Amino acid sequence: MLDKVLFYIFAGLAIASAALMVTRRNAVHSAIFLVTALLATAGIFLQLRAEFLFIVQIILYVGGIMVLFIFVIMLVNLDVALQQIQFARQKWVALIVALALSAQFGLMLWSSGKTPGQGIPVLAAPSASELPANSEAVAQSLFGTYLLAFEIASVLLLVAMIGAVVMAKKER
Amino acid sequence: MLPIGHYLFLSAALFIIGVIGVITRRNVIVILMSIELILNAVNINLVAFSRLYGDVAGQVFALFIIADAAAEAAVGLGIIIAFFRNRETVLADEMDLLKW
Repeated sequence: MLDKVLFYIFAGLAIASAALMVTRRNAVHSAIFLVTALLATAGIFLQLRAEFLFIVQIILYVGGIMVLFIFVIMLVNLDVALQQIQFARQKWVALIVALALSAQFGLMLWSSGKTPGQGIPVLAAPSASELPANSEAVAQSLFGTYLLAFEIASVLLLVAMIGAVVMAKKER
Repeated sequence: MLPIGHYLFLSAALFIIGVIGVITRRNVIVILMSIELILNAVNINLVAFSRLYGDVAGQVFALFIIADAAAEAAVGLGIIIAFFRNRETVLADEMDLLKW
């Protein structure tokens, strides 16, 4: 019961703030609503008993990436940007793409009820008390099975760091 | 845990909102933020299936996606700053140096 209430609160918050993020004219307002959407997603992660990912989402996404975004928004000239039209003249393209995607997802969700064994799995999830300690399990998997991927990800972050510095450096 | 369809629906809704943002907005920074929203929607799917199967691999993949999103934001925002220094604009349809 509590699970259900929490899910609907966080899901509603996520979808509402995502919609507001896309429709606000001011880029700073968009950034604030994206923060709300990401926090609501973190709540969904907690509701799914992924405690480690919940903390990572808040510290890294909300604390790190969004600060970077707001920093850049402040750095570029906001007053000039606000005067201009903020939406491209592609409303029809957006509508068609959104309808096509909705039809696809809707068909997937609808057809899974029709044909057992296909589409969405209907098996029951293990109860929360059966799960191992989350951070421990993630660490075991990350530094065991996925050690090579982990090292590659750290190299990727190093490359991104150097790339960002080179891009943003002043030409001399 | 609720039936998996709930999570898939939430994820699909966030994904579609993100795609609409990418297509309709002119400000490149907001387009990048919409891409973050799309990546986030994918993470919900991964974590939901990880919970459903009781396998932690989905959460590890979500971690990698978060790391990728961080790298993408850093490089993308660096490009935006460099472009803004040259052309004084952050609007996508005015970035037409290669178009003639």
